[in-house]
Amino acid sequence: MDKRKIEESLFKVLMVISTFIILSSLVLILATVIIKGLPAMNLAMITQTPKGGFYLGKEGGVLNAIVGSVYLATGAIFLAILISLPVVLYLNVYAKKGSRIITFTRFSLDVLWGVPSIVYGAFGFTIMLFFGLRASLLGGIIAVSLLVLPIMTRAMDEVIRMVPKELLEASYSLGATKLETALKVVVRQALPGILTAVLIAFGRGIGDAASVIFTAGFSDFIPYSLLRPAATLPLAIFFQLGTPFPEVQDRAYASAFILTIIILIISIASRVLTRKYTRNVVK
Amino acid sequence: MLLLTIFAGLIVFLMAIGLYLRSRPILATKPLSELMFSTSWHPLRREFGFFPFIMGSLWITGVAVIIAIPICLLTAIFLSEYAPKWIRESAKPLIDLLAGIPSVVYGVWGVLVIVPLIKDHIAPFFGTFSSGYSVLAGGIVLAIMVFPIIIHVSLEVFRSVPYELREASLSLGATKWQTIKHVVIRKAMPGVIAAIVLGMSRAFGETMAVLMVAGNVAKAPSSVLDPAYPLPALIANNYGEMLSVPLYDSALLLACLVLLLVVLFFNIIARVVLIRVERSIQ
Repeated sequence: MDKRKIEESLFKVLMVISTFIILSSLVLILATVIIKGLPAMNLAMITQTPKGGFYLGKEGGVLNAIVGSVYLATGAIFLAILISLPVVLYLNVYAKKGSRIITFTRFSLDVLWGVPSIVYGAFGFTIMLFFGLRASLLGGIIAVSLLVLPIMTRAMDEVIRMVPKELLEASYSLGATKLETALKVVVRQALPGILTAVLIAFGRGIGDAASVIFTAGFSDFIPYSLLRPAATLPLAIFFQLGTPFPEVQDRAYASAFILTIIILIISIASRVLTRKYTRNVVK
Repeated sequence: MLLLTIFAGLIVFLMAIGLYLRSRPILATKPLSELMFSTSWHPLRREFGFFPFIMGSLWITGVAVIIAIPICLLTAIFLSEYAPKWIRESAKPLIDLLAGIPSVVYGVWGVLVIVPLIKDHIAPFFGTFSSGYSVLAGGIVLAIMVFPIIIHVSLEVFRSVPYELREASLSLGATKWQTIKHVVIRKAMPGVIAAIVLGMSRAFGETMAVLMVAGNVAKAPSSVLDPAYPLPALIANNYGEMLSVPLYDSALLLACLVLLLVVLFFNIIARVVLIRVERSIQ
């Protein structure tokens, strides 16, 4: 056989093996979390807050962390939408095409995307010190909203960029102002993409631990005010796994299972939503 | 809107300035080079040497990148050039899913699977002892965490190489693999390097998963089976005590600043290369 044919088949085999390794690592991670987490799951895990001695293996659940994470991620997402939607509309509707501010903002957001979450945590912490805040839900929300801001903005930017220019021109020609066009035409046209961007950011926000470790603190109670410390699911997993008691470690696996299920639901929901809302879009 | 846009664009600088201001007290006590290359870390004696942690980060990132590069590039080439459309289309959401798994879950998985694997099989195989919490464990977990980003970017780069180039090469009698090797990879090289750099800087800053599997011993590792204590883990682990020891918070925020600057440096280079690649194709 030809030497170059041998080389080609060799590399083909290697490529299939690599692809297989990557896909199987996903399967392996999900399988491990399910196999270890499912047996440790019970109703108390998701309906109760930690009782006394929870971290020694006594009863209770991680409801405080689930609710804390949901509050935190929801708050952060709202804050991030408030900033990113105007930014994206400005970049795509108002700013002059090819102007420097567009290039600069996109570039800077891309770079921001790569900043490690622990740095957001530390930066959030310095802001909090500046304003005299203690570790609280609000502090966590600020850090996480900064963390998800570049993800959300760039994801929205990509979809809004795809909105056909003719649509904008048609709207202008009917006498609509830029603001009306932006809100009623562009946003509606790009809605599925915007929702996906929001969901991706939500998933990232709810799963991140390093940014909240300084800023949100930890608490065994469900936070009732923005200024109270809040538990988060990733940190609950981390703390439970760090204890020497097997019962508590089992709960860490169960908590990891809960977090993974939340992430899976979000990821499936974003796919379904995209499909559903694409019907209202002018092609 | 304009103000918000400017604000969004300037966040990076705000972060760098904020961290710099907070880390000035420690910089005032000793020159930066001494802090970076001193190996003595005794916060209570006001000795803050970052060397062990920097080495820990470099070792783990290095291992992760060495594992990730061949696997990711082969997969990206396979998905871009050989795989039928349905495989490519169904692999994408799965890779996205891998990117969406929270790092703490990776950490749990590392503790459950990789750490015992190293302790019971890999270390004895080489005739040494290891607790399993090691550079290698961190490297393997990080490699899997950076798979999605490297594959995603390099796949895009490979797909953007014009078809005419491939056809020209094939029409000269080159096999498909020769075409890939001599035309596609050569053309895509800058973009591929940018993809690797992006993956590398992600690995350098990753915190939770590494914190859970790397062992956290404040000594520069000398083999992949040694434990390591990377910078992000140092920061995350000491948040509790840092306000009670003088200069400690300043030292940790300096570590953050170093992390931020390194990552920014790599990211800026990678993004500039990617923008060039995009332009050269249009």
